[in-house]
Amino acid sequence: MTESDNIRVPVSQQPHSVIKSKKENGIGGLVSIQINEKAVMVPLGTTILEACRKNQIHIPTLCHHEDLCLAGLCRICVVDVEGMKTLQAACSFPITSPLKIHTSTPMVRKARRHIIDLILSEHCGECYSCIRNGNCELQALAKEYGVDGYRFGHVEQPRYSVDRSSVSVIRDLNKCILCRRCIRTCIDLQEVGVLEAIDRGDKTHIGTFLDKPLADVICINCGQCTNRCPTAALSTNDPSDEIWEAIDNPNKHVVIQTAPSPRAAIGEEFGVAPGKSFTGELNSALKRIGFDKVFDTNFTADLTIIEEGTELLNRLKKVLVNCDTSVKLPQFTSCSPGWIKFIEHFYPEYLDYLSTAKSPQQMFGAVIKTFYAKETGINPDDIVTVALMPCSAKKFECNRPEMNSSGYKDVDFGLTTREMATMIKEAGIYLPEMPKTGFDDPFGEASGAGLIFGATGGVMEAALRTVYELVTGREVPFKNLNIEPCRGFDGIKQASVKLENCVNEYSFLEGIDLKFLVAHGTANAKKVMQMLKRGELNDVHFVEIMACPGGCLGGGGQPIPTSAEIRRKRAQAIYEEEASLPIRKSHENPYVKYIYQKFLTEGPCGKLSHKLLHTHYTKRGRFIS
Amino acid sequence: MLTLEKNSLSEEIEELVSLYGENRGSLLEILGAIEKKYGYISEFAQQEVARLLNIHPVEVYSFISFFSFLHSKPQGRNMVRMCKTIACNMKGADNISAVIEKELGIKFGETTKNRRVTLEYTNCLGMCDCAPAMLVNGKIYTNLDVEKAIKIINELK
Repeated sequence: MTESDNIRVPVSQQPHSVIKSKKENGIGGLVSIQINEKAVMVPLGTTILEACRKNQIHIPTLCHHEDLCLAGLCRICVVDVEGMKTLQAACSFPITSPLKIHTSTPMVRKARRHIIDLILSEHCGECYSCIRNGNCELQALAKEYGVDGYRFGHVEQPRYSVDRSSVSVIRDLNKCILCRRCIRTCIDLQEVGVLEAIDRGDKTHIGTFLDKPLADVICINCGQCTNRCPTAALSTNDPSDEIWEAIDNPNKHVVIQTAPSPRAAIGEEFGVAPGKSFTGELNSALKRIGFDKVFDTNFTADLTIIEEGTELLNRLKKVLVNCDTSVKLPQFTSCSPGWIKFIEHFYPEYLDYLSTAKSPQQMFGAVIKTFYAKETGINPDDIVTVALMPCSAKKFECNRPEMNSSGYKDVDFGLTTREMATMIKEAGIYLPEMPKTGFDDPFGEASGAGLIFGATGGVMEAALRTVYELVTGREVPFKNLNIEPCRGFDGIKQASVKLENCVNEYSFLEGIDLKFLVAHGTANAKKVMQMLKRGELNDVHFVEIMACPGGCLGGGGQPIPTSAEIRRKRAQAIYEEEASLPIRKSHENPYVKYIYQKFLTEGPCGKLSHKLLHTHYTKRGRFIS
Repeated sequence: MLTLEKNSLSEEIEELVSLYGENRGSLLEILGAIEKKYGYISEFAQQEVARLLNIHPVEVYSFISFFSFLHSKPQGRNMVRMCKTIACNMKGADNISAVIEKELGIKFGETTKNRRVTLEYTNCLGMCDCAPAMLVNGKIYTNLDVEKAIKIINELK
């Protein structure tokens, strides 16, 4: 059996799939149905839920999620189908014959209300003391169906203790409604396999291997489950209290760096439609909150490109000129902490393929507590660095014991987009109405190349712009520097650029087809690793992998909900902002040049760079002890 | 667990996997065989099964937790399963359960300190016509009364 046919659900339980007609308008392509007495035509195999949504008929859902496979287990979406004895779940009912559907009969409404009352009877917790207050799907449903009391009682005492072992993800099973979105996320979408339903009947709960704490099992901290949980059963570990404390302490110099993805998404937390960046507004808001300096993570993204690009060229030289077999190609990117933990656990024998460059977040921390501290004369001990990230794995990354190359903890806190939005609201600020301001110097200037790190393919695109120009002395041969093969949301993208007329220093690369590959989501990463194992990547030079679907913009700490459409809009916002920037290549960033002149004088991949900007990895393996 | 024990257990599981087939459909047979030999499926064995079937350890654990006859923790040498359904109940199974508990000094769901007996409840054994019934090490005892039950328990080694 190959790994690809190892799908989690046995064939007998897979949702009924319908062989669809090739032409939608051809014979058997469309089915005429009636929804609430209204006649509509839908393509064969459409689910009732899809058909209703297309016709602006609202059906409530709870366990259903666009990114995940069908489950049909919460039954909140039941509708009445004429001729059927019982109510049918709209999310998992494919339309294959002319049906008459009623979505709001007394029986349907009563059934839905019953289901909500039953879920509430086991849901322990009060809304006003809950992190998801106002953004909870169960709360919204209860409101929609006018729940005004606990008809079937209510759990007063928590049944489970809250699992706070992980630095990234907190599990509170008392709030769990067993929709199994987290299981489908963890096993199907990310293929990490931390969570499953444990025990049976009324003892059923979502648990880890042997019900161990989350920190002791193989969790990559990607936080995708926290993004899909309809309630607050899964949430990120919020450090905002400590950050407020640091801000309120006059002796502390609190510095925040903001990553590209949160800016493109944070508006959603304030009710703005997805697809608008709030970079300038966010800067003003952060300053008003009390951060002493607001810096741009894109600056170190540029630095990452220089380091990682140089490392790639060094590797290519060692392989092609020195015929060094100990040097591994393709080089894998190392910006995504979820991906790093994934490879450390599942493919520890391939760690040599990873670039040793730190992620932009950690490079920033190291530079702040060394170079910036020296330039400004502030004691690094008094500097608190906060990183605004779309990611919960960044919390784990900044707590890695090896991340203290400055002599201090390089990055003190990782903060997600959602947590930042709460802080901004707490400060009484309505973000969309803030004036626009720029970033603070000296790390305020960044290139567009750093900005596109937020989308899948962005690191590759940024790296190619720099590497190609270093090698050939010319710009990349793509219109407006937009390397289209890197863009889009295909799981695995592969392309190449031919290197011709190289400058003298890189003449060994003359005529080489620089092949690259981009993957996002660890399920795709797993496929790439299997390709590598089978030797199919022998002629590939550079691979970008992001742990989350869509790259950072679909990160676990991003606003809820996240769907394919929302990810596409966030990417659009990032690319639009990027196209308007004056500098779009990492090596042209004046501050990057400045830091190599003033501080990292031995150049990229030099001794000091290695100490501050590069790291090493741990062979963790997949055995849970 | 010693490395040597681990290696031999791994080999055993490999054999089971090749015997029953390398897919998740054979989980029940493989785990059943391990349970039968060792009385439980250890942490290590679960992970080995997961590795060989190419699934996640938590899926194996989830599977084990679903079945009453599979265990992830060591059990006593003898498994005593008392029927808890209605026919046995009406014939005084409760009384027998209480006496057994007193005799062994443990509650249902527990194991004696010397690992001699594990007590468990089970659902209907299909012996309603000769209730009350209990299952001891896979062998069924029917028409129980207190004396008979105590005798059976005391004969266990």
